[in-house]
Amino acid sequence: MLINWEWIGRNLGSIGDSVTEHLVLTAPPVVFGFIVSFGLALLARRYRGLYQPLVRSTGVLFAVPSLAFFALLIPFLGLSRANAYVALTVYTLIVLLPNIVEGLDGVPADVTEAADAMGFSAVKRLLKVELPLALPVIIAGLRIATVTIIGLVTITAFIGFGGLGADILTGYNRAFPTQIVVGVTLTAVLSIVADVALLGLQRAVAPWRQEV
Amino acid sequence: MEVFVEGVLWIFDPDNWSGINAIPDRVREHVFYAVVALVVGAAIAVPIGLWTGHTGRLGNLAINIGNLGRAIPDLGIVAIAAVLIGFGILPVILALIALAIPPMLTNTYTGVRGVDADVRDCAVGLGFTGWRLLRQVEIPLALPLIFTGLRVSTVQVIATATISGFIGRAGGLGRYIFDGLSMFDTPRVVAGAILVALLGVLADVGLARLQRAVIPKGYAAALAEREAATTATRA
Repeated sequence: MLINWEWIGRNLGSIGDSVTEHLVLTAPPVVFGFIVSFGLALLARRYRGLYQPLVRSTGVLFAVPSLAFFALLIPFLGLSRANAYVALTVYTLIVLLPNIVEGLDGVPADVTEAADAMGFSAVKRLLKVELPLALPVIIAGLRIATVTIIGLVTITAFIGFGGLGADILTGYNRAFPTQIVVGVTLTAVLSIVADVALLGLQRAVAPWRQEV
Repeated sequence: MEVFVEGVLWIFDPDNWSGINAIPDRVREHVFYAVVALVVGAAIAVPIGLWTGHTGRLGNLAINIGNLGRAIPDLGIVAIAAVLIGFGILPVILALIALAIPPMLTNTYTGVRGVDADVRDCAVGLGFTGWRLLRQVEIPLALPLIFTGLRVSTVQVIATATISGFIGRAGGLGRYIFDGLSMFDTPRVVAGAILVALLGVLADVGLARLQRAVIPKGYAAALAEREAATTATRA
């Protein structure tokens, strides 16, 4: 029998803790990644020549395996939460940076010109005009980044965290399939729930654009 | 920074280039797992992607498998395969095959499906049918995306093959990382991490080169031009 339901019943509390821990490990990298990407995107829009090199560098960083990334950070940050956060944040950039730049670039010129003509300052134009119009594309990027990070958080089990990844690892160490299946299934469920929630947000902020 | 230097020195230490645990052997194992997984994965994913893309049938299935592949954690697939099948190399390679399939399947499907309807109609009007349409029109036009899928799968498979140093007790470069972690031998860990990272980046760069060589220059230029045109109208 692959699944021991009785074990699941007895351990609902600790399974809930794993889910919470998983979310605690997921949220900061996505938020930091968004802030960093937004800064880089503004820079890339100001200095166009920077854009391609920046995107290419994030691509190279993404090619570094996550486990290797955590290991490389050990000399600097140890087996700390900061280690996990830094590595995971870096992985969001490859999705978020291009999406923010594309989103802002996609704002029609007529609209930005109209804002200029109405006397909007650059900051006000960005916050009140360009950002709202770019949100569908930006949130599309956030969806991919969030799902990716929820999966990668499981690898932090090897440096002592992991959320549901810790369950997968413990289940493996004890050759106990139930715990692995619980970890895998709930990770997938978290990904899907996060994706659907962000899709809902996307539709709510841009009701005029249902197709994205 | 010091430990980083120690890691690099570890790689260049002649002692680590021979005997058991030698770097060339570990690299060879790692590459072997990755290549087997990618070849078998491609042999499964690409034909299905081509067929679903060409016929337009079961397209949602191709997309959903891709999304599901992203939602299910790699670690979990390897762990389940190891517990169910037992230790050794087989569960690792089976899990890596399962990982390699979704990006290649989704991208191949999207590439073939995305072929301009005018181009397809034109080819049909010229008398192209079935297999010839696929081989001479759709596949060449879908090549950039097929390569994208291959590159994503490759990077992921090389990265995840690292876990096999722990799960499955198999070889590969992951062994340096896990052996190092359990022996508190940080230079070994760092050396393993550098080697895996290098392998991943090199494979990606190599495939990018191959992509440039395989895709006709004119088509690549046309794609770039179309991209530039859309960016220009947006800016």
